[in-house]
Amino acid sequence: MLDKNGIAKRIAQELQDGYYVNLGIGIPTLVANYIPDNMDVILQSENGLLGIGPFPFEGEEDPDLINAGKQTITTVKGSSFFDSAMSFGMIRAGKVDLTVLGAMEVADNGDIANWKIPGKMVKGMGGAMDLVASAKNIIVAMQQVNKAGESKLLSQCTLPITGRKCVKKIVTEMGVYDITPKGFQLLERAPGVSVDQIKNAVAGRLVIKGEIPEMKL
Amino acid sequence: MNKVVKNADEAIRGIKDNMTLMLGGFGLCGIPENCISSLVKSGVKGLTCISNNAGVDDFGIGLMLKGRQVKKMISSYVGENAEFERQLLSGELEVELIPQGTLATRCLATGYGMPAIFTPAGVGTEVAEGKETRIFKGKEYLLEHAFEVDFAIVKAWKGDTAGNLIYRATARNFNPLMAMAGKITIAEVEHLVPEGELDPDGIHTPGIFVHRIFQGVNYEKRIEQRTVRKK
Repeated sequence: MLDKNGIAKRIAQELQDGYYVNLGIGIPTLVANYIPDNMDVILQSENGLLGIGPFPFEGEEDPDLINAGKQTITTVKGSSFFDSAMSFGMIRAGKVDLTVLGAMEVADNGDIANWKIPGKMVKGMGGAMDLVASAKNIIVAMQQVNKAGESKLLSQCTLPITGRKCVKKIVTEMGVYDITPKGFQLLERAPGVSVDQIKNAVAGRLVIKGEIPEMKL
Repeated sequence: MNKVVKNADEAIRGIKDNMTLMLGGFGLCGIPENCISSLVKSGVKGLTCISNNAGVDDFGIGLMLKGRQVKKMISSYVGENAEFERQLLSGELEVELIPQGTLATRCLATGYGMPAIFTPAGVGTEVAEGKETRIFKGKEYLLEHAFEVDFAIVKAWKGDTAGNLIYRATARNFNPLMAMAGKITIAEVEHLVPEGELDPDGIHTPGIFVHRIFQGVNYEKRIEQRTVRKK
């Protein structure tokens, strides 16, 4: 089983040199810690920054410089600022190469739910609906089993959806999956996790072809 | 051209009950602190506020919520505000949640004089309910309308007496879009300089969009999530 950092580390393997990437709040943010040193990856923050740097040193926080999670951050060499319309223009027009998002549920057709639990959490979708409707490549980072032991990889989302048929790949504590016309195709197992364990932890259609390798971290 | 007013109290003159306001900012970053204080003091009520967020309990638009001055909030994310949640669940407050990019682009349409836009955000979700859709090149889009706004209130870093504005870092966010969208636009700035001192090439919002400008005071610029690393 992977912990949150393990999931982030595995997702970092999907990055390519020259990518512009938007990382959502939660596990996706951790991906920034695992970008290979020899790789040029530029992080976009939808509140208006390309080129997110590390957190500031203590005492050097700038209230005018935050990420989409409202955390204080810094810039890097070559950073740029812009307004919110331009920011979503970048996303909508497909300039951002990869989006990594958290999710509460994913369906085997690529539907995603991550913004609302009726009667419980009504905080708003922020930029999530724009991102899922437009991003070229969406990877979901999530725990596939909740605390009650129920799978969140479903045949149909039970929560209000954020976008339809938009997820391409999912990385969880148990494995890596592609969304295919036949459902969740298992590509890799997390270290120490068996195919049978995974079968028990997927509620939607699961496709298993041949030997499933263990992921290399 | 001189658009300078003395202070926030003078700047918000004419904002009446039941008007629609736009307020710039993302979270607490780049919000018009001075004008919000004056609005709270004025006691104006029944407002519809278009702003990406709704502040926190004791700062930003949260202060206006506390005074029950807001009838309706149009935002993309309202997570950090317990009083907001209470008013919403009790039915005292109406709220329209819309995707952030849709909000930004509807502001843009308003400021650019366009009645509506098409966006893929929200297609197939509850956001799309009752909305006109159209297929372009095989993909479905929602028709989303521009806003009707009485006053837009923005915060900039620098401004000149003619209303030209420059924003700083991510405090820019919705401010330049909203500045263009108000029937009357009020700008509060940290540094007000005489006309001619700002480089025309560096202006983010040309003065034509700004009707009233003043130098704000006592900026708190509260940080919502202070994240740091050790030296």
